[in-house]
Amino acid sequence: MIVKKGLIKKIAVAAAACCLAMTITSCGQTAQTSTAQESVTVGLLHSLTGSMAISEKAVSDAEKLAIAEINAAGGVLGKQISFIEEDGASDPSTFATKAEKLIDQDKVATVFGCWTSSSRKAVKPVFEDYNALLWYPVQYEGMEASKNIVYAGAAPNQQIVPAVEYLIEKGYKKFFLMGSDYVFPRTANMIIEAQVKAAGLEVVGVEYADMDQTDFAAIIAKIEAAKPDVILNTLNGSGNVSFFKQMSEKNYTSADYMTMSFSIAEEEVTAIGASLLTGHLVSWNYYQTTDTAKNKDFVAAYKSKFGESRVTSDPAEAAYINVYLWKAAVEKANSFDVAKVIEAVETGTISFDAPEGLVTLNGENHHLAKRVRIGEVSTDGLIYEISSSGTPVDPDPYLTTYDWAVAAGIQPLE
Amino acid sequence: MEQLVTTLFNGLSLSSIYLLVALGLAITFGQMGVINMAHGEFVMLGAYMTFCTQEFFKNFLPESIGSFYYFAAIILAFIVTFGLGCLLEKVLISRLYGRKIDSLLATWGVSLILQQLVRTIFGAQGVNVNAPAFLRGGLEVNGLTFSYNRIFIIILVAFCLAMVWLLVNRSRYGSRMRATMQNRPMAQCMGINTKKIDCITFGIGSGLAGIAGCSVALLGSVDSTVGQNYIVYSFMTVVLGGVGNLFGTVIGAGIIGFSSIFVENYQSASIARAIVLLIIIVFLQFKPSGLFTIRSRVLDEGV
Repeated sequence: MIVKKGLIKKIAVAAAACCLAMTITSCGQTAQTSTAQESVTVGLLHSLTGSMAISEKAVSDAEKLAIAEINAAGGVLGKQISFIEEDGASDPSTFATKAEKLIDQDKVATVFGCWTSSSRKAVKPVFEDYNALLWYPVQYEGMEASKNIVYAGAAPNQQIVPAVEYLIEKGYKKFFLMGSDYVFPRTANMIIEAQVKAAGLEVVGVEYADMDQTDFAAIIAKIEAAKPDVILNTLNGSGNVSFFKQMSEKNYTSADYMTMSFSIAEEEVTAIGASLLTGHLVSWNYYQTTDTAKNKDFVAAYKSKFGESRVTSDPAEAAYINVYLWKAAVEKANSFDVAKVIEAVETGTISFDAPEGLVTLNGENHHLAKRVRIGEVSTDGLIYEISSSGTPVDPDPYLTTYDWAVAAGIQPLE
Repeated sequence: MEQLVTTLFNGLSLSSIYLLVALGLAITFGQMGVINMAHGEFVMLGAYMTFCTQEFFKNFLPESIGSFYYFAAIILAFIVTFGLGCLLEKVLISRLYGRKIDSLLATWGVSLILQQLVRTIFGAQGVNVNAPAFLRGGLEVNGLTFSYNRIFIIILVAFCLAMVWLLVNRSRYGSRMRATMQNRPMAQCMGINTKKIDCITFGIGSGLAGIAGCSVALLGSVDSTVGQNYIVYSFMTVVLGGVGNLFGTVIGAGIIGFSSIFVENYQSASIARAIVLLIIIVFLQFKPSGLFTIRSRVLDEGV
């Protein structure tokens, strides 16, 4: 009997430890519901845990900032916005489950969420089945235009294609493509290869790293052997830190191997270390240094709400835009009903004077017309614009207006 | 030839990193038989200790000794993770000896707690650790570059290995430890305080993980999930080499490190990983208890 008691006690200890772990890790997703009649509930769906939490925190913060600003200014259609936050846990199937929960159980008016393409692709059928609406804040590989998603990040012709055009114009001839092994880099590289070959130039190597790869010695050796002029970097997440640290330990700087990165924004520069990235190129629609009156307010508000050390970035700004675009669409529809909001979106007249400049929501493909900016990382950890499209570029997610892309027959990877 | 030298150096470097991370596990899992899923998180804590020391030196001490932060970081990381390891052993593990699955679950819970704790304190975004001045860049020989911090890690792992070997095989404490692990009741009869031995041994294993964290911080990202990237490889290293055998762990790390680098030279990184896993699975089919097995007189172990 005594033995059994001891056993039960031990099991209890183990169970308690596990429960404690569960509670602590899940405490980020406390539901914030308001009981007031005059409120409308929206869902926020980002990874608060797991490998993507690093990036998605900034995006969900930007959404909360926009919600707080709108509430302070009187809300939407006279209603205050309250939100329920769910944790996608960096896992596509969790994203799908939580999306269904937000739509079906919590009956939210709309959802702001996702970062990785795999999470977006996982929730897409859910939103389509329930005819709900997702506002997606990150640049991506294109080849998609769902009626139930609004894409506020850059389509490939607003980020990747102009970046390659810029490099070609600057006289780079040998391109090395390197990325994490998932859908965005693989599609992006398909586009880049077609574009580079159409220009009569050479792709000297294509390499993919695992998402959680920490050792880049072998890939760097391959880069050395291929001797490229420029590396097109679509690594995502912590792989960037390892790659640039290990390039620097071989004494390489941007003078030896120039890189053009598509997933390094201000947040990532802080984590990698500005000294390792100085002089390297990136391509986005927005930088913290973007010189508009609206951006000064946005940066100041973001820093005062979340801390002086925080930086704003393109995805965070796109997330911020999303909330305002939803507000504009709701006001145009004069209703929170999703079908009516989508109708308002599809008029193609929804626009917002964003920190990056005026953005207009394209009614046909649900993407934004945005300015393209090529930036260079500076020693202070910020990114400064060195080239810009000047006027907003119309979104073309399927690259149908580019002959080389049509000729190459680029298809979405599922 | 040049390529071969680079490949060999990269292989040696990767093996040494795996070995450094697995060394602590070779003690806690190999010697004590505790499946410690929180081992990766001790590595992560070591990396964060490096960050803390770096910031402390940057803000409070003169710049001239700034580079020495790294040595202080190694010592601090060892002390902190040693302490936490002892605490974990006393509070949790000591109650779960002989119940591998339970301790697996409990330590996995601990790993989640530690990850969230770090996220809460330092933020979800990773922190930036700069290599100290004397480890920046690389040594150039005949047009080949050997990075200083990889050379340093190789030396560090050799030093740690020597210390562990001396401790286990040549010290008074080591003989007590081996006695405890081999025959607990008999060791107790001989007056050895086995509870204390358990606690310190687990602490040392955890402390080694902390030191590994310092070197991992130089090579890659320092964020709350960094430990997860290494935990699977370190278990594989220990299992491949033969549980309970230090020399086996060295060979295991070598096999995994070199084969990863060699395969990656001809294939993509993802395929390299798959092939290495395949090699290990096939190998363990033929030698289920690893490369080197300890001969034991205990009949019921069924070796």
